[in-house]
Order: sequence, then C-alpha cells, then structure tokens
Amino acid sequence: MEALAALVIAVLVGCGSYLVLRARTFSVVLGLSLLSYAVNLFLFFSGRLITGAPPLATSSGVTADPLPQALVLTAIVIGFGMTAFVVILALRALGEVGNDHVDGKVDKS
Amino acid sequence: MNHWIILPLLLPLVAGMLNLLLVRAEVGAQRVVSLLTTFVILLFALLLLARAASGHIEIYELGNWPAPFGIVLVLDRLSALMLVLTALLALPVLLHACCGDDQRGRDFHVLFPVQLLGINGAFLTGDLFNLFVFFEILLIASYCLAMHGQGPERTRNALRYVVLNLIGSSLFLIALGTLYGVCGTLNMADLALKVAGSTPDQAPLLRASALLLLSVFGLKAAILPLFLWLPGLYASVLPAVAALFAIMTKVGVYAILRTQSLIFSSQGPAPDAAELLFPLALATLGAGSMCVLGSNRLRVLLAWLVIVSVGTLLAGIGLWNEAGISASLYYLPHSTLIMAGLFLLADHAARQRGLTGDMLEPGPPMSQPNLLGALFLLGAMGAAGLPPLSGFVGKVLLLQAASAPKAVWLWPVALGGSLVALVALGRCGSMLFWKTEGIPLLGTAVSWPRLAPAAALILAGVALAIMAGPVTAYTEATARQLLAPDNYIRAVLGGATP
Amino acid sequence: MNVLILILLPLLGAALPPLTIRFGRNVCTWSAMAVTACTLVLTVTPLMQAFQGNPASMHRSWLDGAGLALTLRMDGLAALFALLVPGIGLLVIIYARYYLSDKDPMGRLHALLLVFMSSMLGVVLSDNLILMLIFWEMTSLSSFLLIGYWQHRADARQGARMALIVTGGGGLALLAGFLLLGQMAGTYQISHILPQGDLIRAHPLYVPALVLILIGAFTKSAQFPFHFWLPRAMAAPTPISAYLHSATMVKAGVFLLARFYPVLSGTDLWFFTVGGVGLTTLLMGAYIAIIQHDLKGLLAYSTISHLGLIVLLFGLDTPLAAVAAVFHIVNHATFKASLFMAAGIIDHETGTRDMRSLSGLWKYMPHTAALAMIASAAMAGVPLLNGFLSKEMFFAETLHVELLGSASWILPAAATLAGIFAVAYSARFIHDVFFNGEPRGLPKYPPHEPPRFMKVPVEILAGLCLLVGILPGLTVGPLLRLAATSVTGETLPHYSLAVWHGFNTPLFMSLVALGGGLALYAARRRLFALHERLSFSPDAAALYHASEDALIRAARVFLRGMDNGSLQRSAALLLGVAVLVMLLPLTGGDIRGTVPSSPIDGLSLLGALLLMGASLLTVLWHEHRLSAVIALSVVGLLVALVFVRFSAPDLALTQLSVEVVTIMLLLLALFFLPQRHGRLTRTSGRMGDILLAVGAGGGGGLLAWGMLTRPFDSISSFFMEQSIPGGGGANVVNVILVDFRGFDTLGEVTVLAVAAIGIFALLDNLRLPIPARDQDGRPWAAEPHPLILSQMTRFLLPLALLVSAFLFLRGHNAPGGGFIAGLVTAVALILQYMANGTAWTQRQWGRPFHPLIAAGVLIAAATGAASLLLSHPFLTSTFGHVRLPVIGEFELASAMLFDLGVFLTVVGVVMLILANLGKLTRHGTHPGKNR
Repeated sequence: MEALAALVIAVLVGCGSYLVLRARTFSVVLGLSLLSYAVNLFLFFSGRLITGAPPLATSSGVTADPLPQALVLTAIVIGFGMTAFVVILALRALGEVGNDHVDGKVDKS
Repeated sequence: MNHWIILPLLLPLVAGMLNLLLVRAEVGAQRVVSLLTTFVILLFALLLLARAASGHIEIYELGNWPAPFGIVLVLDRLSALMLVLTALLALPVLLHACCGDDQRGRDFHVLFPVQLLGINGAFLTGDLFNLFVFFEILLIASYCLAMHGQGPERTRNALRYVVLNLIGSSLFLIALGTLYGVCGTLNMADLALKVAGSTPDQAPLLRASALLLLSVFGLKAAILPLFLWLPGLYASVLPAVAALFAIMTKVGVYAILRTQSLIFSSQGPAPDAAELLFPLALATLGAGSMCVLGSNRLRVLLAWLVIVSVGTLLAGIGLWNEAGISASLYYLPHSTLIMAGLFLLADHAARQRGLTGDMLEPGPPMSQPNLLGALFLLGAMGAAGLPPLSGFVGKVLLLQAASAPKAVWLWPVALGGSLVALVALGRCGSMLFWKTEGIPLLGTAVSWPRLAPAAALILAGVALAIMAGPVTAYTEATARQLLAPDNYIRAVLGGATP
Repeated sequence: MNVLILILLPLLGAALPPLTIRFGRNVCTWSAMAVTACTLVLTVTPLMQAFQGNPASMHRSWLDGAGLALTLRMDGLAALFALLVPGIGLLVIIYARYYLSDKDPMGRLHALLLVFMSSMLGVVLSDNLILMLIFWEMTSLSSFLLIGYWQHRADARQGARMALIVTGGGGLALLAGFLLLGQMAGTYQISHILPQGDLIRAHPLYVPALVLILIGAFTKSAQFPFHFWLPRAMAAPTPISAYLHSATMVKAGVFLLARFYPVLSGTDLWFFTVGGVGLTTLLMGAYIAIIQHDLKGLLAYSTISHLGLIVLLFGLDTPLAAVAAVFHIVNHATFKASLFMAAGIIDHETGTRDMRSLSGLWKYMPHTAALAMIASAAMAGVPLLNGFLSKEMFFAETLHVELLGSASWILPAAATLAGIFAVAYSARFIHDVFFNGEPRGLPKYPPHEPPRFMKVPVEILAGLCLLVGILPGLTVGPLLRLAATSVTGETLPHYSLAVWHGFNTPLFMSLVALGGGLALYAARRRLFALHERLSFSPDAAALYHASEDALIRAARVFLRGMDNGSLQRSAALLLGVAVLVMLLPLTGGDIRGTVPSSPIDGLSLLGALLLMGASLLTVLWHEHRLSAVIALSVVGLLVALVFVRFSAPDLALTQLSVEVVTIMLLLLALFFLPQRHGRLTRTSGRMGDILLAVGAGGGGGLLAWGMLTRPFDSISSFFMEQSIPGGGGANVVNVILVDFRGFDTLGEVTVLAVAAIGIFALLDNLRLPIPARDQDGRPWAAEPHPLILSQMTRFLLPLALLVSAFLFLRGHNAPGGGFIAGLVTAVALILQYMANGTAWTQRQWGRPFHPLIAAGVLIAAATGAASLLLSHPFLTSTFGHVRLPVIGEFELASAMLFDLGVFLTVVGVVMLILANLGKLTRHGTHPGKNR
C-alpha cells in the first residue's frame, strides 16, 4: 500500500510539474492544482496510512493521526485561496497583456 | 505571562480588518488607522527589544497549550531585532505611500497591515507549520501589494512571482511533511531535539527536507539561481511597495538563519544545507554584481543591489561563526533601510526627470539636483560599502570575520563586488545628475515632508555607522545566542530537554 | 581633543559657503577663508607639542569589535602635512575667488574644498588604520565631486569617474592590506604597529599586505601603471588641480609610504617594487611632460614624474633618502601649486592653454611671468631655489645603493636623465609661453595681468621657493628634521641643508642635467618629430576605457542571458533545484525503511489507478481546456475518496466542497480565455520539461516512500487525550483547528480574506472580450437562466442552509465545522447567481461582502482576544480554567464563536470572488460592440 501511495504522489507531482512548465496560463493553473493535490496527500500521508479509524476522542484503540489532517485542512483552504487568486491574476494578465502566454509574449501560433 | 509579544501580530490584524470595514469611508480614516498602528507597533517592538536584550528568551504559549503541542511565539534577540527593523522600515514607507501611492489601487491600507502581520509572525513563531501559514499571509499580501495600481509590466512580473512562490509553497509543505513524517512534531525546538537524536536510517530524509527548506527560503531570499523573479518585480511595482519589499528577502534570510542554526546545524546529521550556504552566497554576490553593472534602469540596478546585499548577508552567515553572523546581522538593517530609501529616492528622481524616468540615459536636469544628489550620494556610498557609512562598517566586520580557507574566497568576491558597485553607481550618478540636457521640468520640485521618508531611511545608514558600537554589541550577543541553541530549546520546551 | 577640532572645523565649516553665497561671492570666500585660517592657527599648539616630543593625540572608542576607534595623533610627519594642507588651501581659496566665472556655483566649490581639507587632515592625523582608510576614501570621493565640478563637460565627468574608480579601487585594496597588517600586528593602532617592523617583515602575510598597501599608495599617487587618471583629472578647475592634484591629495600615497616606512621598508621586495615603480614613473612622466602641448598637461605629467621621484627616494631605503623625500614633498607642493596657479592665470587671461599658440606673454604680463619663471626654475632644480636642494640630495642618494651590485651606475644615470627631462620641460614652460615670438591667435587679445589678488597666492608660494632655496636651514630645517625623524623612527644621521656642498658628483650631475636639458629643449622640434614618427603611446587611459566598456558590455550580455523575464525558465530552475535536493540525499542510504508495508486491497488499487489516470488525462488534454477541467475535477474527487479511505472524513468533506467551488471558478475563467491554442514550446524544450517532471515526480514519490516505510511516533497522542477534557470536543481534528492550533486557522482565514479582496481589486475595471462561441466553436446559449434550474435552486437554498447549519453545529464533535458549513452555504448562494443571474441576486442579497469578511475575521480574532481580558494567553479557550458548569457551557460558545468567524469569512470570500467574476460578463466588452 505504501508503495502505491508513493506512486500516486509521484504521478501527481510529475503531472503537476509538467503542466506548470507550459506556456499558457491556464495549463499552469491546472498544474498548480495538481501540485497542491499531491502536496496535500503527501502531508496527509505523513501521518501514515490508517484505515477505518477516524481520529475521534470517543473512539478507543489506535486511530489516524489527527494532526496531519488538521494541517492538510489548513493547507487545502490556503491552497484554495491561492488558486483562486492566480486564476483571476491570469485573467487580469489576459486583459492587460492581451494574450494568455505566461510571459505575455505575442503568440507565435 | 505578559501579552506584549502577541501585540505585533494582533494590532496589524485588527487594523487591517478595521480598514476593511472602513472601505467605504474616505481614505483619511484608513491612513490614520494604519499610521497609528505602525507607530504603536514600533513602540512595542522597541519595548520587546529592550526585554530581549537581557538575553532571556521569552515564550508565549498560544491557547495556553505548552510546546511542542501548541503553537508558541518565541522572542529572542534575533526576532526582536527583526521586529524593530520591520517597524522602522514600515513607518517611513507608509508615510511615503500616504503621499498618494496608496490611492493608486484598492485597499492599500488593508494590505499593508496584513503584510506586517505576516512578516512579524514569521519572525516570532516557534512552530514550523505556523511559519508556513505566516509565509502564506505575507505572500498573499505581497501579491496584492505587487499588483497595487496595475499595469501590464507589473502584471507580467507579478504573475511570475506568484506562480514561483506557489511552487515554493508546495515544496515547503513537502519538506514539512517529511519532517513530520520522520520526527512526528512541528515545534522547531522539538524538531531540533528529534533531529539531533535521529537514527542514521532517518538521515537521508532529514537532509532532503533541510535542503528543501533551504531552497524554499532561498527562493524568498533570492539566492542564485532562484532570484530571477526579483529584479523585474521590484522594478515594476510601486516605489513604496518596492521599498517595503526590501524586508521580504530578509525574511528568507531570517528563516534560513533560524532553521539552519537551530534545527540543522553543520555538526548535525543533515549538514549539507548549512555547508552549501557559503558558496551559494558568493555565487549570488558575484552574479548580482555583474547584473548591477549591466542594468540600464535605476530601479533594476537597485533591485540587483538588493540581491548583492542578500549574497553578502548569507556569506557572513555561511561562515557559521560568531563574528560572521554578527557582521551579517549588522549589515542586515543597513542594507534593508538604505535600499528602501534608495527605492523611494529613485521615485522622486524619476518624477523630476519626466519621460526619461529612471532610465539611465541623459534626461532633463532635476528641479532639486543638489538635494537629491546629496541623498543619492549617501545612499550609493552605503550600498557600495564606501566609508564612512554603515555599509563600510558592515563590510569591514564581514572581512574580519572570515578566516583562512573561506577568506581566500570571500575577500576577493566581496571587495570586487564593492568595486563593481562603485563603477556602476558612479556611471549611474553621473548619468542622473550630471549628464543632463535642457531645463528642469516645472512643478516637479518635491516638498520636504514628501522627501522626508526617503531621507530618513538613507540617513539611517549614517546613524547605524555612528552607533556601530552598541549595535554590534547587540548583534554579537545575538550571534552567540544563535550558536548556542540549547538555551532556545530549553526555554521553549521547559524542563522537557534532557 | 585639539587634534580632532582640526578635522571637525573644516567639515562643519563646509556648511558655511553654501549658506553665505547669497550674500555675494566675497562673503562666501571670506567665510571659507575664515574656516581655513582658524584651522591653520589651531595647528600651532599641537605643532609645538610635536616639537617638544610629546605628540598631541586623542582616543575615543567607536567600534572596538572591528578595531575601529577615533584615535588621532599628530607626530612630526602629520604636523608637516597639517601645516601644508590648510596653508595651501587658504591660498587656493583666495585664488579660486578670481578664477571662477560668475556662472560657476562658488558655494559648492568652497564647500567641497573644505570637505576635502577635512578628510585630508583626517588621513594624516589618523592613528588608526581603519579610521585612516575612512578618510582616505573620503578624499577620493571629494576629489570625484571636484573633478566633476563642470558637470556639463564630458571630459570632466569621465575624468571624475576614472579618478574615483582608480583611487577608490585602490582604497579597497588598501583596506584589505590594512586588515592584514592589523591581523599581523594584533592591533589597528598605527603608533602601536610602527615599532613591530621586524615581526611584520618576518610574517607570512607580509608580502600580500605590502602588495595591497602599495596598490593603494600607487593608485593615489598616480604611479605607473595607475598614473593615467591624473592627466584626465585636469578637467577640473585649475584651483582644484593646484590643490588636490599636485599639492596635497596625490601626496597621500607617498604619505602612506612615509607613514609605514618603519614597518614595511627594509626588504628587497620593498626596494625593487617601490624603487622600480618610482624610477619608471619618474622617467616616463618626465618624458611625456616634454611632449605635451597643453600647459596643464605638462604640469600634470611633471607632477607624476616628481611623485615618482619621491617614491623612488623611499624605495632607496636609506634614512637620508627618506629625509630627501619628505623635503621634496614640501618643495614640490610649493612650486607646483604656484605653477598651476600661473597656468590658470594664463588660461584665464588668454583663453587658451596650448603652448603652440601661447608665446611672448612676457610683454603683456611680466609680473605673472616672473613668478612663473621662479617656480619653474625651482621645478628644474636651479640653484638658490628649493627644488635644487632636494634634487641634490636625491642625486647624492642615488650614488650609494649597493643592492644593484655591478649595475649600480644605472640609478645615477637614470636620475640625471630625469633631471635633463625636468630641465627641458621647465625650459619649455618658460620659453614657449613667455618668449618665443608673438602670441598666435589667442581667443582673448590682448592679454593683460590678472586682478591684483589673483597673483597674491602665487607670489607667496614663489617667495617661499626662494626663501627655502636660499636659507633652508633657517626656514624649513627644524620642521623637516622633525618630520623625517618620525618617518625613519630613529635619530637621523648627520646631513646639512646647505646650498653649497663644494664640487661633488651631485653638483656635477645637476650641471649635466641643466646643460643637457637646455640642449634637449633646443632640439625639441626634432624630439617632437621623432615622437611623431615613433608614435608609440602606451595610452593607459585608452586601455582603461576599453576594459571598462568591455566589462559593461559583458555585464549587459550576462544580465540579458540570465534574466530574460521568462516564467518558464524561472520555474524550470526552481523545479530543477527541487529535483536535485530531493534526489541527491536519497542516493546516500537505502530509501526503503524498515517498516513492512501493508497489503494492497483492490478498492484502493482501483482508486489509485483512476487517480493516476485522471491526472495523466489532465496533462494530455491540457490544451482542450474543458476536458482538462473535467479530468482535474475527477482527480479532486478521487483525492477526497483517498481521505475517506484513510479515515479523514473532515478532509473529505472539505476537499469536496472546495472542489466544487474551484471547478466553478475554473469554468467561469475558462469562459473568457481565448480559444485558439497552439503549442508554444519546442519539442526539445518539451523533452526537458518531461525530464524535469519525471525527476520531480520521482523525487516526491521516493521521499513519500521513504517516509511511509519508516517507523513513526508523533505528539498527537496528547491531542487525543486532551481533546475532550481540554478542548471540549470529540472531533479531534476540529478541536485542533479551533483550539490547539487555532492560531493557524486564524492565519488561514486571514489568507482567504486577503486573497478575496485582492481578487476583487484584480477584477476592478478589468475588461475582457466576451467570446461568442466556446473553444469547440459551439455558440454560447443565449438563454441566460434556465427556468428549471432557477426554480430548483430557490427550493434548494433553504435545504442547503439547513445542511450547513447542521454541519456547523456538530462540527466540534463529529466531522464538519465552520469552514465546511461556510462553503456549503456559499455554494448554495452561488447557485442562485448561476440560476437567476447576478441582477436578480443583487436585488436579493445586494450587500457588499467586504464587511462580512472583515466581521468574520474580527469575530475570530476577538474570540481569541477575549481570553486576554482573563489574562490568559491569546486564543485560550476558557474551558477547563473556570470550574463552573455554566462556564463550561460558555466555553462551547467561545469555540463556536471562533468557528462562526471562520464561517462568515468563508461565505464572504466565496461570494465576493464568484459574484464579481460573474459580474465580468456584464462589464465585459462584447466583440463587435467596441470596434
């Protein structure tokens, strides 16, 4: 299971990185979202893979580590704010620079 | 327990939100709120500095939960110094902004305090994830400030800045996850203990996370090769914002100094980052100097000077000895204040040169060549490390701090950097103030109150040079404190330490 | 203290001239003169002390850490200069009054002169290495500003910059040298260093220190190969040239040699470097001086040559040579300053400095001519003038130098040759200018004597030349002995300053020099012709300019190559660094940890495969944006499922609700993005990106694997135990968010709030073209708000609000909480927008959302601050501190209040963003509408 989880993260990070390097703002946004998914999973997994034991104080026995979950929740929220901002910033760039190239270059295509 | 430590965070937060409520009111009210807050923050920062100067490390347990479980704020000499510096920078910058820049976009007086909140939080927090949160606060605020009063050039550079830092934040979280996955804690003092007591089996992960943190903070501090976002951004944002950003790179430097000195010391199981710092710093210094020489706009040149100063700072820190860190801590406020002052001055100069702006080409003579010229001369001397200003003192301290093997590298690069800066600034000044054609533009003269912030920031260099004795006494004590992290750990974890 | 005043007075006095200039040029000059005169008078007392053998000194500590202290000391050598600097300064100020034209800003000139005076005095009086360096660089700076005084002239600007860079750069070398010297001696106080000569000469760092210090001295004193800046500095007004660039500043270099003579001299390296450089400079300068046509050019090169002579004398490394050197410093200062002033007068009255058109001025200005002749005779070393005496001593010293062995004849020969050259250019200065027929085509004709007082300084200096020349023992003798003693540091051997030493070799050499010089001058035409033909001109200045330009060009190229403003490059660099730092450490040990891995069940496998597939599809389709967004949303949903699978219901809920909003946002954004989309990256570039991506993925994956397969123990048990007793909630995650780590949450909502207002600002007056069709060419539906949807949502809204209320209330004990509730509410409200259009909803909830956000954050903050009143730390939940069950109830409320803040912020943020983005469609410019 651990290897599978690692593989998932690898694929997400890889895809995200590739998209982040594209020349169109929208692709970059997609890449950033993928990256944030990957990162959230990574952070989540840092509490290890515990199945079927949500961290409720009432439940007895071993439960999942609550702290990473709290961190991920914060990270998700912050990530949402950031994604929203960069999406609108991309629109702003489109409106001001006139195209959606990340460097505002004139399109060759 | 006294609550002063929380105020540098609580005040700006409340002020920012208050200004958000006042968003419909005219700007006067907002200005009053921001100015008052910043001023009060300065007072409290000085108060905290006085407390920290005793060498006692103060802890503030948020939610009354003890470390390492709750989040703690830690006030030691370093964080107190950074708080004071931030406030000292913020006040004049805010005054300059209140001369009109704050009207060039929306909600400046909401963003400015929040920016301070983020910066102060980063300096105070003793919890690594909380540090991440404060980084995000100061980043989002800086994104908005960077876009303040828009324009295509600005937008393009801001986009690059934002995307790079979003990637950086992802790396930060990966480093955090790895650290937590290995050490099972987030408090920096506790991390220091866990790392010190780690098994060889954990070393690779620790080293990876140490290096990841170095890259993330290095991105903020703008070290080679991660500094490309800075020049374009600093040269295209509003001058007041650029001046405020003079502290941003220093936040990165602070984070490097804090984490590497506390958690990953060069003797520990993950020494790579600490050891890499020195060569990286020299490379940054060298490359930055070349680019200073190649710049064809005043503000681009200044931006590269910021990078040069970062290189200088990290070179001193990279020596990892008391003298070196102390020299850097003396150089840090100098470079921050002087560079900010120069950015503001560049604004005035550009306005007086009309269409020529800050391009380094012959332009119309300024309305106040002597006044601006004198200030520019002072600032340039400070930046190039010429006597008798603080830049020179800092440089001397730095050179003296380096010993045998590293000195052979540091001395030529540092002195060569000064020479190059001398060439560049000489050309620049001669171009701006001497090689003029035509007659001064009418009505561009700037009144004293408007010029005061820039002047104050630049004259701070003189003050720092005169007060070099007491200041270095403080920075030396700070360096000692940083190089003996046990006290920090004991203070944070109470009796928890063995 | 009385020493410090010598530096402070001119420095502070520099403020006077700019202020007094408004009362006229005379008042301005008087103020400057007053300051200088006072300084001169004040030197008397310390001078007496120096004579009595207890030099005046002072010490104030400044920066002990760096060995920098305000330590001053006025020994004999310093005293000599302390007289010279303000003395000549006074004359220069008088002279400048008449030299400057009415256009020139006099206040600035006098102010800068005083600043320079102060820093020069600082250099000579400093008893601390670093302090001396500070003043040293200040002289460079003031010289820079003074050379650039006529800023409108290109040659002035260039000369100024060249001088600054050469001398300032030398100063940097000097700094390094001083630091080494200080390290060797263990102190930075000069008077403590001087006795340690033997220790230092034996030290391994001696050689680098000597070389660096010499570079400093040679750049300042314009020694070969750094001499080139001095002629260019002649673009300055002549008073400046007379003062800085002949009499005082350029002497700082030789002063340095004199000052550190006891510690640095006495080695072969010293002899050959200093002597060699001095000799070269002496001959080269003298030769070039002859072939100059510009008066000031001639004087500049002769200055270089004389400085070379002094340096050579120090190089000879005998006590008497040192005496001669000091003596010549004084003599040169007097006659060269007066010569510059004379040249300035001629320039001033005739409008030219070209000796080819200047001739026969004797007829028009005999007075000036006479003065100039005296001075240049002194320069030539004619008997009964001061120049003769020091030159005799020089000749005498060249005669007994053993170090060269059989080649010992070289020095005297070279000295004589230099003497010949000196006579030649002096003769030329006199004959070409004042005789040699009628003036030809002067800009100002006929020339006449200058104003009376313009000549006074020249008269005084020429008088001194005569006086010293005839009665050396009575005039300069004592001072010279004093200064020379403090240079050599020991009692001097006997020497006499008599004019007549009988017939001896030096006299013979002088006679040869005189005769040869006159002969050479007579044959000058042929010399010029020869020079033309050889046309060998090793123009160091051109070399300098070439190298500077080359450096600048290189820097430009470097800059352009480094920062091409591309996001892609920066991102690639960042990711590249990330790949390196993630992979390199892992190469060390083995990555897989010790913990055995848990089995894979089919469901997880399926989910993982779907997740990976969806993300790969996102990449594949990234240019067909709609499909890409759908694939992305699938990834998001699967991530939520992962959270469910590994027991994180709160995360799953959050992820889901965030997902919905994010996708809405992306779709709205998609609407505006331009349709056409071509590949922009070259295949090669794409390959690189793929490599980077693989590396990054590999790094992240391996890191995760290594982490997951290692034993784990965390602090969380504390939270599990404390959650109910300490936080009053069973849902530990939520308790952590609102209590244990409530500070993070406060920060998180702040980020959201700022992001929202930032977005609001970004959307402000943003104009986007509204596409008529989507990217696959389908026209957008004209029907804005489908009826069913609008009816549906109006029915849905209350339901959704109910759900969110439910989630909110249970949040503390079961999955849920303010954040999720907030998102659900927001989504429901957004549906209203979508279904009924902005106009309708504005009517319904036409409130601005800024206050809502602010209120949310403030409520959260206030909840935290409330505990301050109870003098508990920020964010303390009162629960557990007050035992009463009522307060226990209250505690629940406090945590909820905090959560309420979160809730309001989230609602406000989401509404603000999506509502305003929605409005764009109304602000937007329709194609065809605004053509």
